[in-house]
Amino acid sequence: MSPFLFWLFASLTLIFGAAVVLNPNPVASALSLVASFLGLSALFMSLDAFFIGIIQVLVYAGAVMVLFLFIIMLLDLRAEERRRINWLAAAGGFGVAVILLVQICVVIVHFQAAKQTFPPLARPTSADVWNIGQLLFMNYNLPFQVIGVLVLVATVGVVLLSRREPR
Amino acid sequence: MAITVPRPRLTWRERWYLPTIAAGLAITFKHFKNTLLGRTKVTMEYPEQKWDAHLPDYYRGAPALVSDAGGRVRCVACQLCEFICPPRAIKIIPGEIPPGDRFAKVEKFPQEFDIDMIRCIYCGMCEEVCPEQAIFLRKDYAITGFTRADMVHHKEKLLEIGGVMHGVVLKWNEKK
Amino acid sequence: MDWFFIITSLLKITILLGVILFMVSYAVYAERRVSAFIQDRLGPNRVGPAGLLQPIADMFKLLLKEDFTPRSANTFYYSLAPGLAVAPAIITIAVVPFGSTLFGVPMVVADVNVGIFFVFAISSLGVYGIVIGGWASNSKYPFLGAIRSSAQMLSYELSLGLAVIPVFLLVGNLRLTSVVRYQIEHGWFIAAFVGDWMNPWKWLLAIPMIISFLVFMIAIFAETNRLPFDLPEAEQELAGGYNTEYSSMKFALYFLGEYAAMITGSAVVVTLFFGGWHFPGIPDGYHGWVFGLINIAVFFTKVAVVIFVFMWVRWTLPRFRWDQLMRLGWLFFFEIALVNIFLVAGILAYGPRL
Repeated sequence: MSPFLFWLFASLTLIFGAAVVLNPNPVASALSLVASFLGLSALFMSLDAFFIGIIQVLVYAGAVMVLFLFIIMLLDLRAEERRRINWLAAAGGFGVAVILLVQICVVIVHFQAAKQTFPPLARPTSADVWNIGQLLFMNYNLPFQVIGVLVLVATVGVVLLSRREPR
Repeated sequence: MAITVPRPRLTWRERWYLPTIAAGLAITFKHFKNTLLGRTKVTMEYPEQKWDAHLPDYYRGAPALVSDAGGRVRCVACQLCEFICPPRAIKIIPGEIPPGDRFAKVEKFPQEFDIDMIRCIYCGMCEEVCPEQAIFLRKDYAITGFTRADMVHHKEKLLEIGGVMHGVVLKWNEKK
Repeated sequence: MDWFFIITSLLKITILLGVILFMVSYAVYAERRVSAFIQDRLGPNRVGPAGLLQPIADMFKLLLKEDFTPRSANTFYYSLAPGLAVAPAIITIAVVPFGSTLFGVPMVVADVNVGIFFVFAISSLGVYGIVIGGWASNSKYPFLGAIRSSAQMLSYELSLGLAVIPVFLLVGNLRLTSVVRYQIEHGWFIAAFVGDWMNPWKWLLAIPMIISFLVFMIAIFAETNRLPFDLPEAEQELAGGYNTEYSSMKFALYFLGEYAAMITGSAVVVTLFFGGWHFPGIPDGYHGWVFGLINIAVFFTKVAVVIFVFMWVRWTLPRFRWDQLMRLGWLFFFEIALVNIFLVAGILAYGPRL
């Protein structure tokens, strides 16, 4: 993959990721998040992980963020735009981010496997979807089923919570 | 007062939607096919085809002034039409007929007779009210112009549209 | 990257884009003529022979209109939205195989191995154009249209995705070219029994495939905001919905987006259920470039027929009410599509190899 494309999409992802936090307008933040997702999915695709990349767009950009926008648009945006920045909190958040960055750098420096270049990825012999199906339904069948039950319980809980109290 | 609209009770087949949708599609396709094959009567295509030959005698088109058989303008500038006109489209400036004239006893004639065709509503009140049978609604309907001034019909234009009217009462003719 | 691939790809993209834009402008003309014929009228027949130059006149009219931006609108997003509505609809066509091969070059712009997911993912982004346009106009009717659109798209995307799973259970591959290849060998999915009349399993399979087709078709109607489900733009209730405040080329872009989405939807329907570029008895492009061209023509003819069905339905059915729309989507099509998957999976598991 061309390094130029990597830097392009990586920087797009990061710039729009920063825009999510910095934008005063919630709708603009949500749209920046969509753009960030698109950049991320392009990065996945450049690693030949088409399925993950496209699911990223389909689920997050296509469905979850539409729901987010749906909710945000119903809010009173004027109040949100007038909000002042709490500089103390911003400085704290920035500090945490810097500490995390330093930590990552230190870990990477001491990471022996990163010293030499990786061998090129093996060309997949079967389709992505087939591989994922094999993994989910053969190797990790039980965890997959358990997650399904968990999500079902969460759904029932939401229905119960949002149900109107009978008078 | 709230009115409860009675809803028809749908049969099992109707509630299934698809058969009724198919029936509706069949109807619209029949119309589509018939129009495509030219079996349906469609609207007249106006500028090429006109209905002029079929216009009824009572058709109310543009109002116009008429001359009598002798070529004289029948209007005597009584201004009744000006007063009756609902949208006030008519404007008349009367003039006096000089004493020596053959028709001196008519006393007045229209010096100017303007009908603003932007305002005219083709109601025919002017024709109804005219004691002299001088103004008639003719069959002209395509009144167009590029400016507002174009749309004002002056006396000459009105006479041109009106033409000569035969066979009406000639009450100012001395010889009768 | 070899140069041959790049040049042929660029050529394919350019020609396909031209064809799509041409089809969009003539789809507008066809829509007006079809609606007129259905309503016993003549429709536009003035500009050029039989009104065939009408799209050009329309284009000039839209270009020359005043490009108006309301004062209270959010200018940046207001201008961005129409583009967002068009781009996904046109990008989606990239993965649809529109012909077999021509001089050995496969007639598909990008034959990715997640074909149908690509179509769904990119076309689901089309809702942003509508939602942002409605929101940025800062006006109540567009806003209502935008809200309706987002809820509608979410509801029907589920049925859309679930309805095609039977197809891919049979094909065993998400690539759209494989779907077409499978249909050439085993008969079109709309009539799964063709070519194997004696096999009762094929007849059994035909039932879920037709259900799948109907659900997919209805979901596509909802996805492209076409008439039984055109609540986001409902002229009578919302004065045009999300595009009320738009004029000139921005409005034209919305129009283009809607029709491009319709064409893409038709192309996907043709690929999934009507055998793509295949027509019984006509070999593919490896047997000569004439056949390659015929395959392309067959594909676009099929697309045109499906587009006609879109228009036909639009001028037949009235609009659904909002609660009916949501109830249909969540309580009816979703369940049907889900049960349908189990049906096909059962047939595949217990039946012979199909």
